[in-house]
Parts: sequence; structure tokens; C-alpha cells
Amino acid sequence: MVDHSVAGRALTPVTAQVEPGRLRFFRETTGERNPVYSDAGAARAAGYAAMPVPPTYLFCLEMMDAEQAFEFLDILGADLSQVLHGEQSFTYRAPVMVGDTLRFEPRIGTVTDKKGGAMTLAVVETRVTNQHGVHVADCSRTVVVLNKVTA
Amino acid sequence: MSTSKNPAVGERIVHKVFPPISRHMLALYCGASGDHNPIHVDIDFAKKAGYPDVFSHGMLVMALLGQALTDAVPPPRLRSFSTRFVAITQLGAELTCEGHVAELVEQDGERCAKLALTTKDQNGEVKLAGEAIIKI
Repeated sequence: MVDHSVAGRALTPVTAQVEPGRLRFFRETTGERNPVYSDAGAARAAGYAAMPVPPTYLFCLEMMDAEQAFEFLDILGADLSQVLHGEQSFTYRAPVMVGDTLRFEPRIGTVTDKKGGAMTLAVVETRVTNQHGVHVADCSRTVVVLNKVTA
Repeated sequence: MSTSKNPAVGERIVHKVFPPISRHMLALYCGASGDHNPIHVDIDFAKKAGYPDVFSHGMLVMALLGQALTDAVPPPRLRSFSTRFVAITQLGAELTCEGHVAELVEQDGERCAKLALTTKDQNGEVKLAGEAIIKI
């Protein structure tokens, strides 16, 4: 079972660079061909100073540059074989573009047992700011922990 | 959205069909996303965890939905984007992403549309159910 007292606990902050090569790998993997993400002229025409990132890429940046990408599992006392991703949300407050350096500050939000304790839903909320201190986004992920049955 | 300035409630403005999810794609996404959870690429690990085979990262499926979304809506108009991962997306899934205007809302002084989003496989099974708020 997940210890509910972990609610509110801060995880290690992550600093991530929005690098063009890694972003190209993501675009090629997902078949993203919208020129706004790959062509500086198209990005400028859309109102950006540089090429922006696709809508879910913040999640990747946080994982790629985290020293322990699964730190939340240690805090929840779970392992990779017993978790699923339940929900994900992004709120966009300012553009995130190639060349930016982002700071992710994740913390554990609510922790709720479901189905008589068979599963626990834990929310990880992450505030994202850029190199100018601008609050660019908020991310929220709900992790489903399938609790091991104890006899 | 690329055309009409004033979308109507019920109007479908997002629609995109993707090629089948392959093992190769899952391997590439593992590297491209930084999500190295072996359950998506290592069949031995997946079987040990009780699954018949590897399965897609939820965030890969959400990336495809996001792609369908910003094919239709210019990215600077996107205010928020969220999904529930309703069911596991299996290998070979041929995904169709759709978005309809659910309601017109005012948010932070902006006129916005709330879109109801879905991703379904070739059998019509819902994999993701989501929502986006876009400025209109």
C-alpha cells in the first residue's frame, strides 16, 4: 500500500534544455510533420520567436533530464511492473521553444485509494518555468499503483 | 479550426488516422521520450508483470492525439490539453483521433472552445478520452 503521508512532498527539481536534435528525434518517432515545429520561418509566421515544442513534449523533457526518472516510484513504494499512467494534463501559460532552459519542480499531490485499496491513485504536479523565470506551464500526471495483494 | 473562426458546438474539427503501432515505434519512443520503462519494449519484462506482450506508452498515444490537435488548431491557441488513459493501447493498434466542440466558454477573459477528444483503435475501442481548451 502507498503511504498517504507522502502527499505534498517535493521531488528533486529537473533542469532541461530544449535541444533541436532531441526534438527532431521525437518528431520523427511520432511522424510529426507540421512545419511550425521544424521550420523557423513557419514558427515565426505563427508568432513564435523560435520553433515551439509539440503539446506533450514537456513530459519527455522532464523525464530525459531527471537524474532519477522514476523517483516518484521510490516515494510511492512501487515498482515499474505495478504502475499505469491514469491521466495527464498540461496547462500552457507561455511558449516553450528550442533553445529554452526549463526548470521542472514536481511534487506529490493527492494520494487516494480506490477499489477497497486494490489500487492507489497518486497525482504528481509539476510547475515549469523558463530561463527568464516565466511560468510557462503546469503538468499533472496521475499514476495508478496496482497494489500487491498481501495474504 | 484552421478555417472557421467561430466553431459550432458539435462540429468535428480534429480528425486524423495513424499507421499501426509497431515494436519499432515503441523502441524509438523509449529513446525519444526518456521513458525507459521496459514494459513497453522488453517482452520478457512485460510477461513477468502479467501482460501478454509489450504495449504502447500512454504518452505516445497522447503525442499522436496532440499531433492531430495541432494539425487542426494553431499551437499558439492551445490553452490546455488533458487525457484519461482509458485502456491499454496494444501493438498493431490503428488509432483514429477525433475532436468535437463540446462547448464555448470564457476563460481568463478569452473566448474559448472546449473540445472533447477521443482516440479509438480499429475496433472502435476508446483508448484515450480527453479535453482541450483553445482560444477562438
